Amino acid sequence: MTRVVGTNVERLEDRALLRGEARFVDDIAAPGMLHVAFLRSSQAHARIAAIDIERARAMPGVHAVWTIDDVSPHLTDILLKVALPSPAYRLTLHRPVLAQSEVVHVGEPIAAIIAVDRYVAEDAVAAIAIDYEPLPTVGDCRAALADDAPRAHQNAPHNIAAQFDMGYGDTTAAFATAPHVFRQTFFQHRGVSHPMECRGIVATYDALDERLNVWSSTQTPHAAKRYLCELLGLDEDRLRVAAPDVGGGFGPKLVFYPEEVIVALAALRLRRPVKWIEDRFEHFVSTTQERDQVWDMEIAVDRDARILGLRGRLIHDHGAYTARGVNVPYGSAAALTLPYVVPAYHLDIVLAVTNKVAVTPIRGAGQPQAVFVMERLLDKVARELGLDSAEVRRRNLVPHAAMPYATPLTTRGGMQVVLDSGDYPACQAAALARAGWTAFRSRQELRRAEGRHIGMGLANYVEGTGRGPFEPVSVRIAENGRIHIASGAAAMGQSTKTMLAQVVAEELGGDMSNISVVTGDSAAIALGIGGFNSRQAVMAGASAHAAACKIRDKVLLVASHLLDTGAQALEIDGRFVAFKGEGGPRLSLAEVARAVAGLPGYFLPGGIAPGLEATEKIIINDMTYANGTAVAEVEVDIETGRVSVERVVFAHDCGRMLHPKIVEGQIIGGIAHGIGNALYEWMGFDENAQPITATLADYLIMSATEMPHALDIIHLESPTNLNALGIKGVGESGVIPMAAAIAAAVEDALSPFGIVIDKVPMTPHDIVSLLQARGQFA
Amino acid sequence: MSDSDPTAARMIEVVVNGRSYRRAVPVRLSLADFLRHELGLTGTHVGCEHGVCGACTILFDGRSVRSCLMLAVQAHGHDLTTIEGLAPAPDRLHPIQQAMRDEHGLQCGFCTPGMLMTLVELLAMNPDPSDEEIRLAISGNLCRCTGYDGIIRAARLAAARLRADASS
Repeated sequence: MTRVVGTNVERLEDRALLRGEARFVDDIAAPGMLHVAFLRSSQAHARIAAIDIERARAMPGVHAVWTIDDVSPHLTDILLKVALPSPAYRLTLHRPVLAQSEVVHVGEPIAAIIAVDRYVAEDAVAAIAIDYEPLPTVGDCRAALADDAPRAHQNAPHNIAAQFDMGYGDTTAAFATAPHVFRQTFFQHRGVSHPMECRGIVATYDALDERLNVWSSTQTPHAAKRYLCELLGLDEDRLRVAAPDVGGGFGPKLVFYPEEVIVALAALRLRRPVKWIEDRFEHFVSTTQERDQVWDMEIAVDRDARILGLRGRLIHDHGAYTARGVNVPYGSAAALTLPYVVPAYHLDIVLAVTNKVAVTPIRGAGQPQAVFVMERLLDKVARELGLDSAEVRRRNLVPHAAMPYATPLTTRGGMQVVLDSGDYPACQAAALARAGWTAFRSRQELRRAEGRHIGMGLANYVEGTGRGPFEPVSVRIAENGRIHIASGAAAMGQSTKTMLAQVVAEELGGDMSNISVVTGDSAAIALGIGGFNSRQAVMAGASAHAAACKIRDKVLLVASHLLDTGAQALEIDGRFVAFKGEGGPRLSLAEVARAVAGLPGYFLPGGIAPGLEATEKIIINDMTYANGTAVAEVEVDIETGRVSVERVVFAHDCGRMLHPKIVEGQIIGGIAHGIGNALYEWMGFDENAQPITATLADYLIMSATEMPHALDIIHLESPTNLNALGIKGVGESGVIPMAAAIAAAVEDALSPFGIVIDKVPMTPHDIVSLLQARGQFA
Repeated sequence: MSDSDPTAARMIEVVVNGRSYRRAVPVRLSLADFLRHELGLTGTHVGCEHGVCGACTILFDGRSVRSCLMLAVQAHGHDLTTIEGLAPAPDRLHPIQQAMRDEHGLQCGFCTPGMLMTLVELLAMNPDPSDEEIRLAISGNLCRCTGYDGIIRAARLAAARLRADASS
């Protein structure tokens, strides 16, 4: 019997958010609070010849002006050594807390001003005189790799941040004998994450407890705590890091940033509450991004369009520093083949250093780019061989009978990639049927006769979700009967609190209103990994389930002693333990909790261990693989190049759904992000690596008017065996196939002109240029 | 201090959510910062400070404005409504708030206050908006989480409930 799992219960988060009573980081105020503004590099690459902070330091209301020399004596290290391990690195590119003698991207922090308010702090920023000696810039990841390219870091021997390859099978043989080999180069750009809330940090020093409290709008508070303890030389009981309400993350908030060090240090040194709130311009230049990938690819197929091999090279724009690792291009390379049977695969991957802000994952984390490449190649195969593009995919999808399907690939941690469940051909078939794939051709012909250009395209994806190894959850029933959950999971809009409460309520009476949840607070739970990689429902959900089951068994055991019956005769219903069925005495959860809270000098009932508390850290090393198919229908205005997405059909399988409405919300939000990546989002830089799209008027985020009017979401549920609840992650799914599906649809719409789409985003200018090249406006 | 001194203070009187306030404010203080940091009404959020994202939308004499693009001194003598003034009672929600909850029109909730204030204005002016009118009305309020689908459904639902209330 299910009580709350799988149902659309009310979200715990909504009430405060709807009433304006939530607490985001900038909502935290404290008496005597000081405010930080940063002087950031206006140059993409320069030597700092001189910096004069004296005028700024003397301004009324300014408490401190810090450069690297001012902060280094108080830190155990001036570099943020946060890179995930990998043997692939060729350069060490740790970010300094504040720039030393060289700046390597626009927006790099050089000095911190701490003042009575942000207005005064920004006045002081303007009063700092800085003398830059410009150095040659590296603005393009391809140009970065030329032997004679300038170096993005003046003294570096080259611009290769890391280099590795991935693959299996004999691609040389496969390509040598293949009946058909097709080659294509793809340029892909993803931009800025743009949660509606930028980053922000508040730190207060509590002299009474001798403790530094840090609230950061972060996806990884426990990691932030570890880094801050190391850098500030604090024992872990002297520091608390908590994420308050977080207004969206989408990836870059999982990174640890220099500003977190500066604000924490300022509160520690000045013994005053200190706040820094990132403004939107700073978000454009100092928060990590995803940017450019260039794929040069070949696919080998047999006469029936069955894939024989796949090989090529990926150049990835890494930015100026390593703020996370090689994980974005690793994720791309590892995702490329997944939905399909690919006998031989080899990819060379180069991460090029550029004079731009560091690249780290954004929703999808390299997987949308991989899907774009794979799906575009399959569309090319279909076009060249005169086959239906859906049929080409059907012939190559991993068949349902092959599940679980062990691929020769490994994750970045060395675990084998095993596609655990799902029916990919059925998923594609469901999407095609709903979209009217076959009937579309006649509709397209009718429109073309009217001079209108509509097109339909599809894309399949398989997403690795639930990155391990664990996420702790503690469940406790307090002496008043209230259930408290704490988790290292970090909430940023994915309904994490509701998810945890559902999983626990299912085992402990089903009353959601009797549950309190704390996420992302180092004071509430010692260990935590955080929110990214579609992992929290899988990893924290599994721990919550295990902890709740343990507490449930104990509650029933204690109650069985108190009621002098067998535990199997009892159940928890709401806030009470009662006999199954009707009648009999019952006990409140409060009474049960108090019975094991201990009375001095008295036996505990039945000799049971004290307390109703359990902390679980369920280890799941293997990722669980979600899948789906997107079908997009577009209309292209060939005069203006405008592409409108008329309809999206999205069939997906994330295993068992805990809350269908939340799942659907995640999918649709991802679809919106993916449409933006396909058509609008462009983080532009000029030839000197100066950002040229640093406002939301220039950098276009999807608004309501660009959303397709018809959205069909089809849920398939293939529970995984990798966790007790059968769930797979879903937070990133929506974004992953969208650019590929829309590119296919645009190409289909423009097929009378023979146009090939090998680049995203596709701007109106791009479309018109392609048409012009085909002589359309001659 | 001269009028050109941005830190010079002026006395202003404003009504916010039915309550009168009299405060001396620096002439350069934005209206959003005034509401958030001087009055402690932190439900109004600041997303871009250049008038694009709409998170800071409030009602100014009943019309939606971006409080990040106005100065506090410009509010002198005016009547403002913020998200904190929307619910009729501590234990009740405004119909548009309730509809957002029912239709899962929010995820992280950061854009939600601005979105709600825009929708309040829309429904006051147009009790039966089409989907297209709803989309246009909220096209100046950016949401990165929801894809707007739940918000549009919520606006439709709230409009229907408000019409039913008005006719009953």
